[in-house]
Amino acid sequence: MNDKKREDVELLSISSGEASQPFNWSVGKHGSLFLQQLRDSKKIVGIKCPGCQRVYVPPRPVCGHCFKGLTLDDIIPVSDEGTVYVCTIVQFGFVDPSTGVQRPVPYTWAFVKLDGADTCLTHFLDSTDPEKVKVGARVKAVFEEKRTGNLMDIKHFKVL
Amino acid sequence: MGKRVAIVGFGQTYQRSSRKDVNGVELINEAVVTALAEAELTIRDIDAIVIGNMDHFEGINYVDMWSAEGSGAVMKPVIKVCTGGTTGTTVAMCAYYHVASGMFDRVLAIGWEKNSESDTTGAIITAFHPVWERPTLGGAVAGLAIEASKYMHNYGATERDGARVAVRERLHALNNPYAHLHQEWMKGIPPEKLVDLIVGSEQNAMLAYPLRMSDMCPRTDGAAAVIFAAEGKAEKIAPVPAWVHATANRHNFVYAGDVDMDRNTTIAEAAKAVFKKAKIKEPLKEIDVCELYLPYSYAGLKWIEDIGFCAYGEGPRLLWDGVTDMDGELPINPSGGVMSSNAIGATALIRVGEAALQVMGKAGARQVKGGDVNFAFATGFGGCYWGDIMLLGKKKPA
Repeated sequence: MNDKKREDVELLSISSGEASQPFNWSVGKHGSLFLQQLRDSKKIVGIKCPGCQRVYVPPRPVCGHCFKGLTLDDIIPVSDEGTVYVCTIVQFGFVDPSTGVQRPVPYTWAFVKLDGADTCLTHFLDSTDPEKVKVGARVKAVFEEKRTGNLMDIKHFKVL
Repeated sequence: MGKRVAIVGFGQTYQRSSRKDVNGVELINEAVVTALAEAELTIRDIDAIVIGNMDHFEGINYVDMWSAEGSGAVMKPVIKVCTGGTTGTTVAMCAYYHVASGMFDRVLAIGWEKNSESDTTGAIITAFHPVWERPTLGGAVAGLAIEASKYMHNYGATERDGARVAVRERLHALNNPYAHLHQEWMKGIPPEKLVDLIVGSEQNAMLAYPLRMSDMCPRTDGAAAVIFAAEGKAEKIAPVPAWVHATANRHNFVYAGDVDMDRNTTIAEAAKAVFKKAKIKEPLKEIDVCELYLPYSYAGLKWIEDIGFCAYGEGPRLLWDGVTDMDGELPINPSGGVMSSNAIGATALIRVGEAALQVMGKAGARQVKGGDVNFAFATGFGGCYWGDIMLLGKKKPA
């Protein structure tokens, strides 16, 4: 093969095709209790670390700050109402890797600090009006009619 | 403390939106060959290799083994380190620890990414919790937009302030042939006018309030390699080695909802540790140049406050006063920074390499202070609000 032929090489790419990798994640006892409460009672719970007193939502088995194990006895109820800590109106379309479908835009992604909690739940707001969706807005959880034991049993948070 | 360690060589590929002419292994090899040539070493001189990228972004597991022929790792000790956006600085720190331990004399650090081969936003979302976060996350853009919006809420910063950072980065990139974005149309136009044009442009699409296209980094293909050597060896390899004076990292994130959006506590704590180790009392005065991992514009206002270069709320003033421009008291990102090139796994390592070039006096058209650089400060940032810092100096540490 002479040099001229070598330069003519077409630069190809190979696609990964339609393959997808399925996973099945164990939520653990603490998270499962939270999701059960959403599904069965439309209630939200957190967990209070006996060491630093921080209330985590959703509940978790270890307090990262104290490196202390948290038991199911540390679970406490928190309000379904809270305050927007921070939020943004997402306007660019992208494919959600969990569903393979483009997420509909615009949508408002918010960090909601529920009354009684020290950490925020990241979720949707029901509005994309910049006058309403702002730091400090009061919001309340709206639940789906059909719930399956998933964070999205909360449909979104309604701006009050 | 361990042995004293210096950077003796740095190589990088030209960073482009898509390098269809090479596969990942070849891209890595380009950077390695360049770094070795710069340092006038061969692969036989290298005792161990540390390599990293954004895990699985290219859909390949075991990238350390997959790339062994290109990285020079065949029959050598090799460790893969992947820490998201901080990968490049973590790779640098790991290589530094290898040499500081006294067990390896010359170690090669490699960072790389072929963003063109992956769906970057989708892949970033998979770095977050599948149960609690992925259903609503809007990729890196949304995660950064919320910090920007809190900063504006807290201090009254404006879109113009964010744009002034973007203007600085993109103007600096014009001096850097390796940078991805070269916005030649900006040449010769004063920064204030460029800010007017950017903020006023209708083509500058809003991605997630307040971030527009102009506020974000590009997606890039690129690779970089940095060679660390021990005292006693470094001086024989490089005429002006860049000595590692201090390094620190802090990772305190669990869930996005835990992050303090008012203070970047990880970079702040890492900076305190570095300044304490290097006995730096007045960072703005004592540091000569910075290569900061700023993935978006408002970080250039807020994180310089978190690091301690100025008081909270003062970031915009430093920008508008020209303190961080090429001829300022503390030039930031003479390379053009992450907003001009972002091959994620390489990006933080390029901050370290560019900082080393500044100390060594080898930065060409992007050299600051005529080469009279004592301390150069390099940082990495990860999407989980992780912070890495490496401080390089011309003088051998005490």
